Amino acid sequence: MTEVSLGMPQLPAPDYPAEVKTRLLADAREVIGRYPDSRSALLPLLHLVQSEEGYVTRTGIRFCAEQLGLTTAEVTAVATFYTMYRRRPGGDYQVGVCTNTLCAVLGGDAIFEALRRHLGVGNGETTADGKVTLEHIECNAACDYAPVVMVNWEFFDNQTVESAKELVDELRAGRTVRPTRGAPLCTYRETARILAGFPDERPGAVEASGGAGPASLAGLRLARGEGGPARVGPPRTEPPQDERPPEHPSSHDAPQQTSASDPDHPSGPVTEEGEG
Amino acid sequence: MTMAPEVSETSPEKLLAPVLSAFWDEPGSWTLETYLRHDGYAGLRKALAMTPDEVIAYVKDSGLRGRGGAGFPTGMKWQFIPQGDGKPHYLVVNADESEPGTCKDIPLLFANPHALIEGMVIACYAIRSEHAFIYLRGETVPVLRRLHLAVREAYAAGYLGRDILGSGINLDVTVHAGAGAYICGEETALLDSLEGRRGQPRLRPPFPAVAGLYACPTVVNNVESIASVPAILGRGKEWFRSMGSEKSPGFTLYSLSGHVAGPGQYEAPLGITLRQLLGMSGGMRPGHRLKFWTPGGSSTPILTEEHLDVPLDYEGVGAAGSMLGTKALQCFDETTCVVRAVTRWTEFYAHESCGKCTPCREGTYWLVQLLRDIEAGKGRMADLDKINDIADNINGKSFCALGDGAASPIFSSLKYFRAEYEEHIRGKGCPFDPAKSTVWADRTNPHPEVRA
Repeated sequence: MTEVSLGMPQLPAPDYPAEVKTRLLADAREVIGRYPDSRSALLPLLHLVQSEEGYVTRTGIRFCAEQLGLTTAEVTAVATFYTMYRRRPGGDYQVGVCTNTLCAVLGGDAIFEALRRHLGVGNGETTADGKVTLEHIECNAACDYAPVVMVNWEFFDNQTVESAKELVDELRAGRTVRPTRGAPLCTYRETARILAGFPDERPGAVEASGGAGPASLAGLRLARGEGGPARVGPPRTEPPQDERPPEHPSSHDAPQQTSASDPDHPSGPVTEEGEG
Repeated sequence: MTMAPEVSETSPEKLLAPVLSAFWDEPGSWTLETYLRHDGYAGLRKALAMTPDEVIAYVKDSGLRGRGGAGFPTGMKWQFIPQGDGKPHYLVVNADESEPGTCKDIPLLFANPHALIEGMVIACYAIRSEHAFIYLRGETVPVLRRLHLAVREAYAAGYLGRDILGSGINLDVTVHAGAGAYICGEETALLDSLEGRRGQPRLRPPFPAVAGLYACPTVVNNVESIASVPAILGRGKEWFRSMGSEKSPGFTLYSLSGHVAGPGQYEAPLGITLRQLLGMSGGMRPGHRLKFWTPGGSSTPILTEEHLDVPLDYEGVGAAGSMLGTKALQCFDETTCVVRAVTRWTEFYAHESCGKCTPCREGTYWLVQLLRDIEAGKGRMADLDKINDIADNINGKSFCALGDGAASPIFSSLKYFRAEYEEHIRGKGCPFDPAKSTVWADRTNPHPEVRA
C-alpha cells in the first residue's frame, strides 16, 4: 500500500485517548529524564510510541513533538531516517533474514526466498493473519552463526530453509518460540517498549539462553586445550531440494534499472560522455 | 594453502589469550557476581588510587589502540579532552556494531557487560565525566536486556551513582538503543543521533574532544577498547605490552566467519595470522579452499590466500594493502562469486549512505547499477574501468569513512579478481552456482524423497 501524497494540507493528527496519553506521559517523563537535553529522548520516544500502536503513527509523531517542543516535521525527519521505525502496520513478529553478503552466501538468500514463497508475502509485507512481517535485514553482528534470522530482534542462529519455515509456522500457530540467543519471544510492541529503555520484566528473560552461544566460545575452548574445532549450532536439516537459486532480496530499495544501464537501449550518460 | 593447513608448531593454548572472553562459559557469566569472582572492578580500585591524569598516562603508555576500526590510541583520545574548561564532559561508548562481518562487541556485551561498565567508570574518572552513554544498536534486544541489568547491578553495588566506592566521584550511565542505521557507527553521526537527530556525520574540526555531545568535550570509544581498560589497570601495562608488537600491543577479539570449520570468537595477542587461526580451528570447511577474506569487515580491502601469513595487527595488515579494521575475518571459499559478494556489499553501502554528501550518495547508487548488470551478464568491459573510476571518485572525497569503505571492495576485488568480472561479461552470466556456497551444500541428504 503506497499512499500518494497530493500535497494537500492534512488536519492535525488526532490525539491519543485520555487514558493512553496519561500512561505515555508518565513513560515519556522518565525517558526524557535520562538525558541532559530533552531532544536526546526522541529515538527512545519513537520506540515508545511504536510500542503503543505497532508503528509510528501521525498521532505518535505528534506526541513526540509535543513532549520535546519540536515540530512534527522535525520528528518525521528523524522517524523516516531509521529503519527500525515502521511507517505502516506490521505483524506481531518481524522475521528478518540477514541477506548481507556473508549470510546471503551461506544460505540467507535461499532462506529468504523460501520464506517468501512459504508465507506468500514479499519483503516488508505481512501475512493475512497479522502474525508475521517478512523482511530482509542487514548484518546483525552474528556472522559466526550464519545464516542468521532475527525475530523481533532476538537471535535465531545457524538457520536452514527447513528450520526457518518451521520457525514461522510455530509463530503463526501461536506457540512459544525460543531463540538461540535471547528471551522467549514477546510481540513486536512489547519489544519496542524494551527498546525505549524499559527493562523486560518477565521472569527469566535476562537469563534465557545462557551466557554465550557455542561459536562465541570456540576460541576459549581451544585455549583451554579442549581440542577440535567447535561444532556450532543445532543439527542442521538436509539441504533443500527444490529451491531455486536466490534472487537479490536486499535489492528492493536500491536503485532501479535505467536506460543507461540497459544494453538494449545503450543511450544515456555513457555514450554522451564519449566513454562508451 | 590447502583446505586443512598444516598443524602449527604452536598450540592454541599458546597462541590464544582469552581475557575478556575468559569466563564466558560460566553460568551467569553476565552477572556482577560472576564478574567479581574474576577480579571484577579491581582495575577500578587501582585507577581510583591514581590521579585522573595518571590514569590517562597509564592507558597511553599501555599502547591500547581503538578496537572499532581506526586504531587511534585510546589514551591519546582521553588526553585531548580539555580540562578546567567548566563544561560537562561526556563519554559515549560506540556499541553500534554494524560493519558487515563484525560480531565481537555483541557477544562481549551479551556474556560480559560489566567489563564495559568498569572500563567506563575508569575512563570517566580519567576524563572527568559524570555522565556516560552506551549507544547500542537497537537490533540486539538480548544484549539490551543484559546492559539494563548490568547497569542496575552496578548502581546497587556502588560502582555507579554518587560517591563511587567512597572516592567522591559521581557517574551516571544511560543505555541508549539506536534505531537501525549503519552510519551511526561513525562517531559524529552517532553523536547527532544521540542528540535526537538524523544520524549524519559532522564536519571536523571541531573534533568531538572539543565539541562533541551537546557541543561539549566528548570521548567516543568502541566497546572493546573500553572493556580492555580494566584488565590493563588490573594486570598492568607491562603485561599488556608483553602481547602483540611494539606498535600494536595487547590482546583482541578476532571473529572468524564464513566457509570455515570453526566459526567463532578467538581472543589472541595482536599479530596472530589467519593461517594460525584456521590451523587451530579446523581450517576451511572440508574439501574447499580459501578464496578471499576480509581482515576487518567489508570496508577493509579483501585479501587472498597469499596473505595467510600477514600478521593481523595494525601495521601488518596495513602493509598488505588493507586495514585491521574490526578483525572480522570473513572467509569465503572457491564456491563464492566475488562479483556477487561485492555487489551485495555495495547494495549495503548504497542503502546505508546517509545522503549528506554527493560522492557517496550518487556514487554508491551508480556502482549498484553497474554491478548488478555485470553480475547478471549484461555488463560491458568498459564498465570495469567505470566502476573503478566511480569508486575513485568516492574514496577520499566523501564526507566520512562510509564512502571509503564502499570503495574498498571495488578496488580490491578488481585488483585480485578482475578476470572473474571479465568472465561474467564474456560469458554473459554468473558462472557460479549459489547453492554450492550454502552451509548445507555438502551435506548428504539421507532422505532424498523428502522435499524441503
